[in-house]
Amino acid sequence: MFKRITHTFIHVLDQDQALDFYVGKLGMVVQVDADLGFMRWLTVSLPDQPELQLGLMLPGPPAYDDATAEQIRELVTKGAGGGGVIFETDDCQRTFEQLRAAGVEFTQEPTKRFYGTDCALRDPFGNPIRFTQPPDGPIVVPSPEELRARG
Amino acid sequence: MLALMSRAIEERNRRMLRARDTMDRAFAKPLDVAALARVAHASPAHFSRQFRATFGETPHRYLQRRRVERAMELLRETMDPVTEICFDVGFNSLGTFSRTFREIVGESPSAYRAGRGGGCEAEQVPACWAMAWTRPAGRTAVSEKRAAGSVA
Repeated sequence: MFKRITHTFIHVLDQDQALDFYVGKLGMVVQVDADLGFMRWLTVSLPDQPELQLGLMLPGPPAYDDATAEQIRELVTKGAGGGGVIFETDDCQRTFEQLRAAGVEFTQEPTKRFYGTDCALRDPFGNPIRFTQPPDGPIVVPSPEELRARG
Repeated sequence: MLALMSRAIEERNRRMLRARDTMDRAFAKPLDVAALARVAHASPAHFSRQFRATFGETPHRYLQRRRVERAMELLRETMDPVTEICFDVGFNSLGTFSRTFREIVGESPSAYRAGRGGGCEAEQVPACWAMAWTRPAGRTAVSEKRAAGSVA
């Protein structure tokens, strides 16, 4: 069957603004930026993970009629677009500070969880993004007794 | 014309989302309509109405349920005293906390703790999903009248 995931997509409201954010702030790189006439095919990836491309898709005709595109745009700006990305980082706190200094809009500061330390932000359009620093050792789901004892 | 109206709605949605994110992040702090309206670049008079038009509930109700959701997690996952949890999640009186919790959840904080002290599957998903999906939605509408001008 399938071997790997190569592409995934999110809706953006402006592809140039999306590039400013995903490339200019988050440090991704452009994989494909092609004007196909009927659409601009725009994908980015992490520099060290070119095999997974994130498509920055602008909803609009002819794929979606105007009214449908407007509905998508309204949902994205409500944070209900349905897309989102979770990144892995080797230093959550440092990345948080760098991005905050760059003016990124955080919705959660770095928080330690059993699965690692993570925090959350929004892209300029409302899509949710998280990044996680995995724990040093293996991830162990705590038992209820451990959770309560820890608290 | 349609496009212009739509841009205005998108821009408003985004500002309301920013206010909602502020409640998710700063629920433990005193938050009032005036402060949230500033985050949303709206006048206090318009803010509650616009928030409700965007998300289907008033900011007061959203914040109450966020605080109760956080309290539910602390009741499940910690041994902290109920009084401490009440203040940790942003309520400023134990009476208001207990009444609001009971109205939303259907039982008292200590009864909830006694019944659910076994942790929760929600701990296994990233925190923002857990917060979005475990914020209690059912039961009665919560005393909107009491809010009058304040969400705290």
